Amino acid sequence: MKGIHKMGISRRKILAAGLTGVGMLAVPSILRAQDRSLKVGVYGGYFKDSFDENIFPEFTKATGIAVESVAEPTGEAWLVQLEQAARAGQAPADVSMMSQVATLKGQETELWTPLDPAKIGHYDDLLPQFISKYPDSRVAGIGAVAWYITLVTNTDTYPEPPDSWAALWDPENRDRLGLLALVSNSFLLEVTAKTFMGGTDSLDTEEGQLAAFEKLAEVKPNVRLWYRDEAQFEQALKSGEIPMGQYYHDVTGLAAADGFPVRSTFPKEGGIQDSGNWVLTRASDKTEEAHVFIDYMSQPEIQSLMSRKVGTAPTLRRDTLDLTDEEFSAVSSEIEPIIPRYDLYTTKSDWLNQKWTEMIAG
Amino acid sequence: MKREPPRTIADYAPLAFPAIMLIVFFVVPFSTMIAVSFFRRQQGGFYTPDFVIDNYARFLSAFFGGVLGFSLMLAITVAVICVAIAFPFTYLLTKASRRVQIVWLVCLLSVLSLSEVIIGFAWSTLFSRTAGITNLLVPLGLMSESQALLPGIGAVLTGMVYQALPYTILVLYPALVRLDPTLLEAARTLGASPLRGFFGIIVPALRNTIVATLIMVFVFALGSYLLPQILGRPQHWTLSVHITDQAIYQSNMPFAAAMAVFLVLISLALVGLTLLVGGRKEVA
Repeated sequence: MKGIHKMGISRRKILAAGLTGVGMLAVPSILRAQDRSLKVGVYGGYFKDSFDENIFPEFTKATGIAVESVAEPTGEAWLVQLEQAARAGQAPADVSMMSQVATLKGQETELWTPLDPAKIGHYDDLLPQFISKYPDSRVAGIGAVAWYITLVTNTDTYPEPPDSWAALWDPENRDRLGLLALVSNSFLLEVTAKTFMGGTDSLDTEEGQLAAFEKLAEVKPNVRLWYRDEAQFEQALKSGEIPMGQYYHDVTGLAAADGFPVRSTFPKEGGIQDSGNWVLTRASDKTEEAHVFIDYMSQPEIQSLMSRKVGTAPTLRRDTLDLTDEEFSAVSSEIEPIIPRYDLYTTKSDWLNQKWTEMIAG
Repeated sequence: MKREPPRTIADYAPLAFPAIMLIVFFVVPFSTMIAVSFFRRQQGGFYTPDFVIDNYARFLSAFFGGVLGFSLMLAITVAVICVAIAFPFTYLLTKASRRVQIVWLVCLLSVLSLSEVIIGFAWSTLFSRTAGITNLLVPLGLMSESQALLPGIGAVLTGMVYQALPYTILVLYPALVRLDPTLLEAARTLGASPLRGFFGIIVPALRNTIVATLIMVFVFALGSYLLPQILGRPQHWTLSVHITDQAIYQSNMPFAAAMAVFLVLISLALVGLTLLVGGRKEVA
């Protein structure tokens, strides 16, 4: 797995490689013909292959429910497909992995069957951000996977770690930063709001959003690279060409473990926590099986195993897990995270995108 | 044997294959794109069939005007630099021995086998502070410390010229090889210097070839999307980069289609204008 990190393969492949590791711990078994089944949508490609090979057979063995996995496209195309299929009473998948923004969009059309908390054993142990609720507090989705984006530095250039996101604004760091290129994956508006404006609530109004853009524009002279391709920044960070920026916490930690002069720091304002949910489409009649599946995936043992082997941040409270301090800090932190304002990206995505593009390219 | 004008449908049959290819690979996709550019965008979702001009209206802003202007200027600059380098080079190449010519052409063809990604990353390493060419200048005493030569417009131009130059040479080569050598000999006999002969005889004789090559490189450079991202700053991102952002990252197909239609129309207009100007001179 460490070798894979060196090659700079995409994050999803890293997750999938970890899942392969999870599965290898389990004893192989032969699938019996099952009466009960469930169609689960996961991101297509290597990720789906690994789930198929390792996670789903174990789930089937534990519960007797056969899983048929469906490759789902990334982005919001899958949401559109589910929506159109549901209108025709079809379910291309019963349970799907959905980004937070897509989960919120599905709520607008009541696409997700409300989940019953009583059927999820560790419901009360889930961190609040991993329970996605309808406005009337019915449960629309439960956290599936989560990860952190943190402040990363090259240790040769910065002997002392920075302690705040404010370091991005430091004039000392002119032309030294690598930041994500899109408003909807860098979450820098939220970082700006939390660091300088008292919290992400200040983004509630358009004045607040414009103020955040204005403050964020001050970062521009410091930015050497606005990256879309993760490998491009990771390479530059390791070599010291671009010694500071935002990047994935777990991947940076693994690069450091491999001996590269890099570190990931949780600033005092918190790391950025992004995540995806399990959701159940309303066209599905497999409500019972879906609950069994989500219950299984939310068990402390499965969450701990995924943290150890996959590098995802656990969706459950720390005290329910048997992770050591070292294992826990490799994927997460007790500092309160910056949770992206996903609601903004459902209602104002085009406007935010336009302002963002004008800010960085203007 | 006298060639008969086509009379029956069967006489037109040889045209069917190219016509079908043109329809399948150009007319249908381009029509689809035009249609989508008028569809209604649903934020986050994809789009619904409709007839709205919002997508074009959004494009008509100072910001996107600037991006379009930059993209066109970049493509024109790349075309001019490429032809300015490639024309004299190819001319000298045709004067060289056959053996030398073959070696050069093989080298140029091998450059064509490099993808845009490899070219981009190779130049970004060459221009980097930590591993780049400036590290060679420091021991030579030409520089006090190594520095990054990217991101910047110079790096973008270098990468794009490097990528387009082999095409330019290969397009110019056949015309220059076929050029009648007696033209220059006549000029030299009448007392013209080699330089004067080159600019006074060879360049004008191949004016149409040069214009055609300029257009080809311009169109080629206009579609560049990766090199401006890897080697440039956001203000050097071409319209193609913004189209990709909209289509892939924002799922905004109608807006991406509208921008693409605009780009195609503008470049067609520029090409048409160039041919028009060229054609007039010929008459005069």
